Amino acid sequence: MSKALDMITRVRGVRGAMLVTADDGLVVAEQLMEGIKGGAVAALAASLAGRLRRAMEAAGTGGSVFWHLQAEQGALLVVPAGNVPANGAAGGILVVAVAEPDVNIGLVRLELLRAAEAAV
Amino acid sequence: MSSQTRAVENWTLQPLTDFVREASVRLVLVLTPSGQVLAQSGFSRAVDVMSAAALAAAIVASTGELARQLRQQPFGALSHQGPKTGFFLATFATDRGTLCVLAVYDLDVSSLGLVQLFYEQLAADLKAASPKGAVPKQVLAADFERELTDSLNTLFGR
Repeated sequence: MSKALDMITRVRGVRGAMLVTADDGLVVAEQLMEGIKGGAVAALAASLAGRLRRAMEAAGTGGSVFWHLQAEQGALLVVPAGNVPANGAAGGILVVAVAEPDVNIGLVRLELLRAAEAAV
Repeated sequence: MSSQTRAVENWTLQPLTDFVREASVRLVLVLTPSGQVLAQSGFSRAVDVMSAAALAAAIVASTGELARQLRQQPFGALSHQGPKTGFFLATFATDRGTLCVLAVYDLDVSSLGLVQLFYEQLAADLKAASPKGAVPKQVLAADFERELTDSLNTLFGR
């Protein structure tokens, strides 16, 4: 897991990466620069992922494979990994990256998808 | 402010209201380890508050004793999660004495991570808002029923 996070954080402009449980919003593994509140990012990203999943289902588009939130001073990039359990709960793992605003999104996405594959 | 959030001690009201809104919890009690309720949110019947407070106080007492026997500090927080609902019970020290928070949340609305995150804020807000230098009021057995009735009347706006 730490190797997968290494590959993400090696991308220039990435300030941290985490594996987060999608249903609980708890941190499984993290590599973060100082000043990033890992627990808060994990809890809020998982909450957002759950709501996005429901929105995507309601829209009939299927589950999301990647989302990217761009802000003035940075970006949050997330790839959901793992299967949805039979009880309908979110389940699985989220691979989360916190990045600078001018990061190479394509490269981070590639590393997030690789980490997601390694995590399941 | 939710009409379902009520407090016996008013300094608990705003932090609790914020916690309920941010963490999207269904039920919350703020109580002392002896089971005296200071504030509640989401409960509609007094009997449910009484039961939940008594059970939460019993859990705090039993886990505290377990920790003592293991020569550990008392447990900070306890989480129990079922298929659809989660319970979170934690204690923290304030100038008002040790307080407990019992939160019940639906897993399709909230999560343990969210509850933990905003519980930290709730505990900090309650510590900051608690009356400084206050000696925790002892409820004597002789006054217990009257105190309980008064508290429940306040909590349910009677």
